[in-house]
Amino acid sequence: MLLLEDVRKSYPQPTGGSVTILDIPKLDIRSGEQMVLRGDSGSGKTTLLQIISGITRADSGKVLFDGTDLTKLSESARDRFRAVKMGYVFQTFNLLPAFTALENVRLGMTFGRGKYRLDRAKSLLSQVGLDDRMHYRPSMLSVGQQQRVAVARALANQPRLLLADEPTANVDPSNQQKIIDLLKEVCSKESTALLMVTHSDSISQQFDRVEYLDKINTVLTSEARS
Amino acid sequence: MNLFEIAWRNLRYRSLATCLTTLSMALGVGLTVMVMSISGVVTKSLERNGNVGYNLIIGSKGSSTQLVFNSVYYLSSPVENLKYSYFLEFLPGNGRQEQFAKLGGILKDPERSGKYAMFTSNGFVIPMCLGDYVGRFRAVATTPDFFNLLKHGDRNEDPYTFREGRNFVEESPENGFFEAVLGSEVAAEMDLNIGDTIQASHGASGNFVHEQGFTVVGILNATGTPNDRAAFINMEGFYLLEDHAAPERDEESGLEKRVTKGDPSKTAEDSPAVMASTRKRLPIDKREVTAILLRSDFAMGMQKQINKTPSAQAVSPIQEIAALLQMFIQPIQWALLTLTLLVCVVSAVSILVSIYNSMSERTRDIAVMRALGASRDTVLIVILFEACIIAIVGGAIGWVGGHALAAWASPLVEARTGVKLSFFSIHYPNELWIIPSLILTGILAGIIPALVAYRTDVSKSL
Repeated sequence: MLLLEDVRKSYPQPTGGSVTILDIPKLDIRSGEQMVLRGDSGSGKTTLLQIISGITRADSGKVLFDGTDLTKLSESARDRFRAVKMGYVFQTFNLLPAFTALENVRLGMTFGRGKYRLDRAKSLLSQVGLDDRMHYRPSMLSVGQQQRVAVARALANQPRLLLADEPTANVDPSNQQKIIDLLKEVCSKESTALLMVTHSDSISQQFDRVEYLDKINTVLTSEARS
Repeated sequence: MNLFEIAWRNLRYRSLATCLTTLSMALGVGLTVMVMSISGVVTKSLERNGNVGYNLIIGSKGSSTQLVFNSVYYLSSPVENLKYSYFLEFLPGNGRQEQFAKLGGILKDPERSGKYAMFTSNGFVIPMCLGDYVGRFRAVATTPDFFNLLKHGDRNEDPYTFREGRNFVEESPENGFFEAVLGSEVAAEMDLNIGDTIQASHGASGNFVHEQGFTVVGILNATGTPNDRAAFINMEGFYLLEDHAAPERDEESGLEKRVTKGDPSKTAEDSPAVMASTRKRLPIDKREVTAILLRSDFAMGMQKQINKTPSAQAVSPIQEIAALLQMFIQPIQWALLTLTLLVCVVSAVSILVSIYNSMSERTRDIAVMRALGASRDTVLIVILFEACIIAIVGGAIGWVGGHALAAWASPLVEARTGVKLSFFSIHYPNELWIIPSLILTGILAGIIPALVAYRTDVSKSL
């Protein structure tokens, strides 16, 4: 489903020149696969998610998603592609404060296939256990509830791939496992591949596949568990 | 959810800022509507008043504007008078003869036609004497023809009608020469009714009040013309008031001759009080008129002829009022309009500032929308929609408010000017493009914050 080949990304330095922060010879994710991406701070994990999602364009290499090379697409084409094919869960949830939980999920649909499937939005919120909080604004929800809304929003367009950037970093330990369980469960149900960035060993152990990014930004180790 | 809904939600979330910005737009547009309505009313009122039913005013040589101010608006100090014999030059042969037989005095060749009589055969002439006041209002001495022949209104088709009573007559059995008709505002302000007596005075300050009074026999319905603010008295009675007989003048110098108490040529019969009681009219040679209102099919030619003479001038009230509008009123109207348009530009800037200020706290939200798949164009449109909603809603509230205020003030405006205002009346033709332009300006004000949203760097803002 997703194949990255020789992907490189550099950023200019204030003092001149540039620094390479990502150099990945190869990385592939199969359809429906659930994997974890680990690495130290500054190793380029978030940049890698942004390149996969098309938010940022790689300097070189290929990002093939279902045969489409995202690096060859224009920015607006990448936006459309992302809206339809991918979901994004952020570390700080990033729910829009002006919108209720239901509206935040519907917002995810707005930029996707253009269908405002209210029943699906409600069903997703129901799946994440927020039947009775649909019309609450984020400020009226607990941290755990906000992250559940974010998961429902990311799945609004039935994406092929869900990118989760440290989704439990701001959640208290009692809710962390619930979020992970939720992500794994709904992704399985929706046949959505999951690529999650995390620092947590306990979370990593729950996934079949873990990839490590080292400080020189190369995929060092692939660990597959049966 | 569509993009409009997203914009609406964003505005609702910042409801206080949104309401204040919308209010500022509404005030700007409302103010513009009001200024345009007032301008329209002023213009229409002046035009209505210029539509007086006569096409020439003849007075003594001097300022044409002053003559119009005097005769149409009853403002400014009166111009010099014309001899009554000059007025008779506008009457046909039998008219002059009738006047001579009725009034007596000195008139050369009374049997001949007036020199301008041929021009007025299909029209009319109405004399007018000004100079006295009733309270703070002008006393207009004229003939009953003023209300019998003249009309008013937008199409100059409305006859003068009486709320109470009737028109005065030249000589009535009960009141002799001393009858009066009051404009609606005069009667209301001075609390006068039919049968009351009014006394004319010299000057608005009322330094000298004539002993002889005039009986009010009629009160006009409101016309929205300056006639609402005048007291009309019978000219025959006016001439009999003290000091209203034309002074004798030296033929060469034109200076008034000094009259001494022991003048043997003056008899007791000549005193105004005796003349009034004996119902004797002032003779032709003792009479003067301030202005002659004339309607003629040959006004243009006549105006040229009269203006060539050394003592008189003829002015077209419509031309004078049009010139007045162009010289004084329109520049003021434009200045006012420019000021209010600037207010609207300030309102548009307030839209810009309001949305722009919110951008810094919404950068993350915009980045999230982009991450969810919204294109740069999409976020630009959402911000523009926000500006549109504020500008259109504010503009609509301002327009409705301005017109509602005009409709609410309509009875007062109509009573004062005769101009009817309704909710949907557009008195200023430019309103049809000015208001949409103001709304467009508000929308354009949204472009800058929209561009900020457009340029948001998603990777840095998430």
